[in-house]
Amino acid sequence: MSRKNRAEAVSGWLFTAPTIIVLGLFLAVPVVMAAWVSVSDWRGVGSPFSSDVSFVGGQNYAKILGGGGLDEQNFGTALRNNLWYVVFVVPLQTAVALGLALLVSGRALRGRGFFRTAFYFPSVTSSVAITVLWLFLFSSTGAVNKIISWAGINGPNWFNEPTGLFHLGAGTPPAFLADHTMLGISWWEWLAGPSVAMTAFILLAVFTTSGTFMLLFIAALQNLSPEVDEAAMIDGAGSWTRFWRVTLPQLRPTLFTVLTLGLIGTWQVFDQIYTGTKGAPANTTLTPAFLSYTSAFQSQQWGVGAAIAFILFGIIVVFTLLQRWALRDRPVSRRRMRWIEKGSTR
Amino acid sequence: MQRRTARMLTAGAMALTAALTLSACGSGFSSSGGNGSGGGAAKLTSSDDPLTVLIGSSGDAETAAVKSAAAAWSKSSGTGATVQPANNLDQQLAQGFAAGKPADVFYVSTSSLAGYAANGSLLAYGDQLEDTSDFYPTLTKSFTVDDQLYCAPKDFSTLALFINTKDWKAAGLTDSDVPTTWDQLRTVSEKLTRDGRVGLTTSPQIERLGAFMTQAGGALTNGAQTKATVDSAANVEALDYVKGLLDDGSMKFSSDLGESWGGDAFGKDKAAMTIEGNWLTGAMSSSYPSVDYKVVALPKGPKGAGTLQFTNCWGIAKDSPNQKAALSFVEKMTSTDQQLAFAKAFGVMPSVESAAGTWKQEYPQYAAFLDQADAAQGLPNASGTADVIADFDSKLGSLRTTDTKTLLEGVQKNMAAALKG
Repeated sequence: MSRKNRAEAVSGWLFTAPTIIVLGLFLAVPVVMAAWVSVSDWRGVGSPFSSDVSFVGGQNYAKILGGGGLDEQNFGTALRNNLWYVVFVVPLQTAVALGLALLVSGRALRGRGFFRTAFYFPSVTSSVAITVLWLFLFSSTGAVNKIISWAGINGPNWFNEPTGLFHLGAGTPPAFLADHTMLGISWWEWLAGPSVAMTAFILLAVFTTSGTFMLLFIAALQNLSPEVDEAAMIDGAGSWTRFWRVTLPQLRPTLFTVLTLGLIGTWQVFDQIYTGTKGAPANTTLTPAFLSYTSAFQSQQWGVGAAIAFILFGIIVVFTLLQRWALRDRPVSRRRMRWIEKGSTR
Repeated sequence: MQRRTARMLTAGAMALTAALTLSACGSGFSSSGGNGSGGGAAKLTSSDDPLTVLIGSSGDAETAAVKSAAAAWSKSSGTGATVQPANNLDQQLAQGFAAGKPADVFYVSTSSLAGYAANGSLLAYGDQLEDTSDFYPTLTKSFTVDDQLYCAPKDFSTLALFINTKDWKAAGLTDSDVPTTWDQLRTVSEKLTRDGRVGLTTSPQIERLGAFMTQAGGALTNGAQTKATVDSAANVEALDYVKGLLDDGSMKFSSDLGESWGGDAFGKDKAAMTIEGNWLTGAMSSSYPSVDYKVVALPKGPKGAGTLQFTNCWGIAKDSPNQKAALSFVEKMTSTDQQLAFAKAFGVMPSVESAAGTWKQEYPQYAAFLDQADAAQGLPNASGTADVIADFDSKLGSLRTTDTKTLLEGVQKNMAAALKG
């Protein structure tokens, strides 16, 4: 290496040092610490790296993934709740965001600025404030039930109703569903769907995050060249066909971003639960992130708390990879290629 | 290639430095925690540092009272003391313990005691208190783990029956109708269920319904907390009785009335009676001053009187550099006079028997709380039981639609597992 090169390298390191140090100190070190805690018997006193803390292997992980105890049941319940939450929130918020973006980027719309601000507003409001608002709206005598009552329906006691959506009106479970269990809870419980209380949180999430993702879609829509759309129009494509066959495929990168951010955000839901229900009713709004917090800070089971956090991390990575695979750029299939060729030679 | 090696080397060096710095930190942390360990008989640490006191305050009244008491103590002892009300006591304590610099004195609840005792963050100073015989024995039992008294009870509360006197009269009931048995409770709550309100409400928690269990002669564990007794016949009987009231429609859980606890449902007159502790008297005067009510002892069950008690204690950190001053602070805070002053300021019941007479004289309307002290039981406090109780609570909301026996057997399994390990 020449002297000049070396000087360059040194100054390069020098200039990146602040970022590396800050990131290392506040990101890498805590992650390493948490990883260690998840395989140690640290009880929350003194440093986790001190000599009287010992390695216990996968014991903490075993406790929540098996063992048949309360830890496993709680983790299974939390996972079930959050899974349904994700299954409902992610598609809904993406669809709503895309719909809103298409609406407010329509050229004919008057007062576009107003609507954009209005739709974006819930996203910039603090989630704690919105959760408290939600508790009022969805209380048993709240505004939502009042509106429902106009239609002659007796609204549920939202945040206190633990029955799953798919269990509403369902009778006793068939034996093969009730007798088999996974992570400490029965298959019947896994299939319960989000509880009525969780449904209120699902609506809350769709309401607050759609605005943010709408913004991403608006930006993407503005980047699309109108020529492509016009060409399709000349070819005789109607507005529905143009949306599905022309606009949406071009939005694929943005769709990927929105789905990924949505997945990560929904698997980590914490503040709504913390300020709202704290896992009640009947643990149906318990989420892994909240469970991790309570195991560590309230039950003094720090290893278990850290282990839950790492399993959650694993789940998010797996889901993101799955989704990346599902949304990958695929070559046009042979069958469709034949169809296109036939069409062009005709 | 060469460049790459250099980069790898630098990265390696950085990782090594980070690790070394960390381990240095680690040893720094632990050395401060080293002294004072080794149980209650060890010598107390002492220094000139002022005390920090972290309290989980029930409100401004309590904060102000503890602050002025601490100021008075500092004046007489010459050691400074700052009182800090916690926003989230569990979390702030945990941060202090992990950093090796906890508050010197703090509130500890019965449910978190076992966890802190097991991880060695509490000083078991019970045997160094001048006089522990004046405390109610059921209270000291709540703070005893493995035969060691960890901390001095701060004060306590029991559950009693709150009656809305206006609703009571409207239902044509008189003083002689105050329920003293389960059957009578059932009758009056049916009579009180009218005009869009229910007779009785509580929150769906074992912390309330457990009172019925004690009246039926049941408990969640045996006395020594070595065996789970959740699915005993007495407990089944108690929950079946509650279930009967729910089925009659004369009792509803506060959550089904759209309120977070019995106190709010009672204050808003959605229910004519509720089972709550002393803290509700404070909430009534601050939030619902216009509601007239009286407090009576809970009715007797098949096995006599019974209620639940709730208490906190003054914990002292093992890592505190000034345990000696902390102990003298606690002695002062639990003295009879000081406890009576606290009772006046924020309505708690003194944890010492010598204050009972004066307290009853001053608050005859609340005498029912203290009269029940002999029949009061605490909930289990052994390690791991707090999680089981939380899980039990989560299931009680749907008591009406579940089979009592199945419910209790499920909890029994968890409780047995918790007590074993």
